[in-house]
Amino acid sequence: MALTGVLRPGHVALRVLDMEASIHHYTQVMGLLETARDDKGRVFLKAWDEHDHHSVVLREADSAGMDYMGWRVDSNATLEKFAKDIEESGLASDLSWVAAGEHPQTGRRFRFTTSTGHVMELYAEKGKVGNGMPTLNPEIYPDGLKGMSPSRFDHCLLYGDDLDNTMKLFIEILGFTLTEQVIAGPDKLVISAFMTCSNKPHDVAFIRQPCKGKFHHASFLLDNWGEVLKAADLISRNRVSLDIGPTRHGITRGETIYFFDPSGNRNEVFSGGYISYPDRPVLTWTDDELGRAIFYHDRKLNEAFLSVVT
Amino acid sequence: MSHRIRIVGLADGLLAPENASFEVRGDEHLLCGMERLGRRGIPVGCRGGGCGVCKVQVVAGSYHTRKMSRDCVSSTEETQGYALACRLYPDTDLDIRVVGKMGRAFTKAGPSPSQGGDSVTAGKSPAFDMSWRN
Repeated sequence: MALTGVLRPGHVALRVLDMEASIHHYTQVMGLLETARDDKGRVFLKAWDEHDHHSVVLREADSAGMDYMGWRVDSNATLEKFAKDIEESGLASDLSWVAAGEHPQTGRRFRFTTSTGHVMELYAEKGKVGNGMPTLNPEIYPDGLKGMSPSRFDHCLLYGDDLDNTMKLFIEILGFTLTEQVIAGPDKLVISAFMTCSNKPHDVAFIRQPCKGKFHHASFLLDNWGEVLKAADLISRNRVSLDIGPTRHGITRGETIYFFDPSGNRNEVFSGGYISYPDRPVLTWTDDELGRAIFYHDRKLNEAFLSVVT
Repeated sequence: MSHRIRIVGLADGLLAPENASFEVRGDEHLLCGMERLGRRGIPVGCRGGGCGVCKVQVVAGSYHTRKMSRDCVSSTEETQGYALACRLYPDTDLDIRVVGKMGRAFTKAGPSPSQGGDSVTAGKSPAFDMSWRN
C-alpha cells in the first residue's frame, strides 16, 4: 500500500443554528444522504460515493462554525503512533481520546487542537455502509440522487493565526505534502498553505489571520464543470445564499462555486484540479498576484470571500 | 405591506448620507430588501445569521428577528436593538445604524504588481494585511 498514514479527510462537524433548515439544505439541495441521528440530536450525513458511514456531522448550537475535522488513518497502529508523535511534538494542545461509539459506527478518535485553534481528530475505524451499488460488477452511480449530489467530502479551508506551527504539525508529524503556498511582503511570510495527505491539490488549507479556529468552507467534489453550472442553477432555484461563482481557481485549478448553508457556514462544490505526487514542486503565489491566484477569471480579490468566516 | 428603512449612522460613527433609505417587503429581511433594490450601506456576508458582518442597531421602530449566532450578537446586545440585518424583519418603518464591518483581510494599498503583471489590477493591487502581527 503506497498511500499510508493519514488517508483522507473523513468528517467535518459543523454547528448550525436551525437543524431543520440545515437538513433540508444538506440533503435536498446539496444531495447528501442522511445515515443516522443520535440521542444528542446530531445528524450524520455522507456523500453518495463515500463508503464510510458519515462525512458530515451537524449539531444545533447558538453559533455557526466548525466543531472539528476528522481524518481517517490506515490502522490502529498508525493511530497510536500519531497520538504519541503529536504529544511529543508539542505542536498541539488539548490532547484527548474520544471513546469508540461516540460517533455511530466509529472507533476511538484521538483529538487535538492545532496552533491555529482548530480541533482535529484521527481515527482508524468507521463502518463501511457502501455507496448504494454492489462492489461486484457495479453501476457507475446509484439511482435516486438529489440536488448537486457531490461524490465526496473533499477538504476544508480554515483561518487562524499561528500558521507556522500548524504547517509543521501537518507536514512533519502527520506526513502531509505542501502543494501550494501564498507568500507576502519582503520577508516572504507564508500567509496561506495548501496541504495534502494524498494525490489531491489539497486535503486541507489554512490562511493566516488574527483569529483562532475560524472556518472558511467545507468543500465537496463534483465530476465536471457542467455539474458546477448545474449546482449554480440549484442555488438560484432554491434561493440559497450565493457567495461567488461559478468560476475557476488559479490555486489548485479547481472549477468552483461557493455558497452558504442556512446558518452562514460556507460550502463549496468543485471539480477538476490536478494530481499531486509528493515530489511535485511546490507552487508559490505572491500576494500582489493573489486576485488571479484565488479567482483566475476575475483576477480581483473579493472582500467578502476573504473576510466572511464562521 | 412594506416598510421604509433609513440608515442614520455608519460604522465608526460616520454619518449616513441624507437619502440612505430603502423599502423592505413584509416577507423579507432587511438585507434581502437592500440587495434586491441594488442598494448599499450594510455589508453583505453569509445572509444566514452566522458571520456577523451585517450587524446593525435599530434606533427607532419595531421588528422581530430569527435566530442569530451568539458569537455575533450577545443577549445583552439583543436587548439594546442590535441584530443581524439578514435575520431582522421590520414590523414598522425603522431607523438603523450600521455596526458591522467587513473584516479587513487585506489592505487596498499594497505593493505595486511586478513588471508584466496583470494590467487589470495594476496600480490598485491589494495586499494581505499582516499589520496585526507587529
